[in-house]
Amino acid sequence: MYEFDWSSIPGALPFLWDGMKITLEITVQAIVIGIVWGTLLAMMRLSSIKPLSWFAAGYVNLFRAVPLVMVLLWFFLIVPKFIETLFNFPPGADLRLSSAMMGFALFESAYYSEIIRAGIQSVPKGQVAAAYALGMNYRQAMRLVILPQAFRNMIPLLLTQAIILFQDTSLVYVSALADFFGAAYKVGDRDGRLVELLLFAGAVYFVICFSVSRLVKHFQNKYHPA
Amino acid sequence: MNYQWNWGVFLQPSATGDDTYLGWMLSGFKMTITLSLSAWLIALLLGALVGVLRTVPNKLLAGIATGYVELFRNVPLLVQLFIWYFVLPELLPAAIGTAYKQSNPVLQQFSAAMICLGLFTSARVAEQVRAGINSLPKGQKNAGLALGLTLAQTYRHVMLPMAFRLVVPPLTSEFLNIFKNSAVCSTIGLLELAAQGRQLVDYTAQPFESFIAVTVSYVIINVTVMTLMHRFERRIAVPGYIGGK
Repeated sequence: MYEFDWSSIPGALPFLWDGMKITLEITVQAIVIGIVWGTLLAMMRLSSIKPLSWFAAGYVNLFRAVPLVMVLLWFFLIVPKFIETLFNFPPGADLRLSSAMMGFALFESAYYSEIIRAGIQSVPKGQVAAAYALGMNYRQAMRLVILPQAFRNMIPLLLTQAIILFQDTSLVYVSALADFFGAAYKVGDRDGRLVELLLFAGAVYFVICFSVSRLVKHFQNKYHPA
Repeated sequence: MNYQWNWGVFLQPSATGDDTYLGWMLSGFKMTITLSLSAWLIALLLGALVGVLRTVPNKLLAGIATGYVELFRNVPLLVQLFIWYFVLPELLPAAIGTAYKQSNPVLQQFSAAMICLGLFTSARVAEQVRAGINSLPKGQKNAGLALGLTLAQTYRHVMLPMAFRLVVPPLTSEFLNIFKNSAVCSTIGLLELAAQGRQLVDYTAQPFESFIAVTVSYVIINVTVMTLMHRFERRIAVPGYIGGK
């Protein structure tokens, strides 16, 4: 039978915490970009200007058809080379990590934009008509009337997507970013204790995701009693 | 930018000499399809079972099913995959673990990937099945019981035939996800589409062609599955419900 030996974890905690900070950083960055860019994409998609709507539809459908692993590899291996030759970057500058993080955020934006589009469409048409009747222009109607209501309806879905996104960050493993999972793997590999470190990492992800999803459910019941 | 495009690279013999680079792509494509379909079979069977269990009155069974779903939904797929591949063989009784580790490496990777993807997706399928059963009007179950059917018969003859038809559209998106998620299995060295793409970059020095070919392959899989499933959805839609006639 396998003999567990958890002794390499306590000493590695600071290193693992550094990894967790990177995981959180990627998560927050992707959520912020995802919501901002996702909102713009959703507005373009619903716009009456055809080329904008086509662009947004193409963007969202492309990113949703391709696995995250492929997107990360594109942005880790191909895009940096392309940018470096295009803008004559000094050869020392390493764009790969920021590029991978950007790829991650652009990927998640596609999923956010679908949630936000549904949120905007859930606002009754009369609200839009009322805003225009009051003499508001498109920007005012969106900013003051439609988006605030849309976002309030979307909060549970946005948070659920944030949990998925937090789990997705582990895939930056393919781009050699030392996030929490990458750190746990490294420690396990170094000490020959992969079994313990992988189980530990799984337990940490579980505790975080499970508690946050409980919290989301709690708020959902409080503000939108079924 | 002075990149030398060379789409002919796919027809060149590969570095190992026994195949062309196009052959590598096709074998990756086949691996992705085989893996996803076999994992989908596991996901459907287990997911249907767990989803039904979540709705039964028996607290213990429903509790176990809920725990199952929460476990597989709250741990990242990559971590689950590494646990199946690296951790589980160590925890098995020594004889079985050693036999596994001495078996064909491709078989090891494939079985870990298939079980991992299958169970991961089954938790999501279970959620859809549960939602489908819960969306049925309460009267259906009560009517079944009032007619003297047992609970099992009510599920078998009244609720499940409806619920399974209602969950087909949400299951389509899970079916699409399983093909995309299969790319995660490239991390344990399984030579599916994404892994072949990476290999092509290293061997051919034509990164754009390699990645475009792999990306287009995923888009083709996606569009094909979506088209087939929409046809299936239309056929199976329940009249009177959204999407039905």
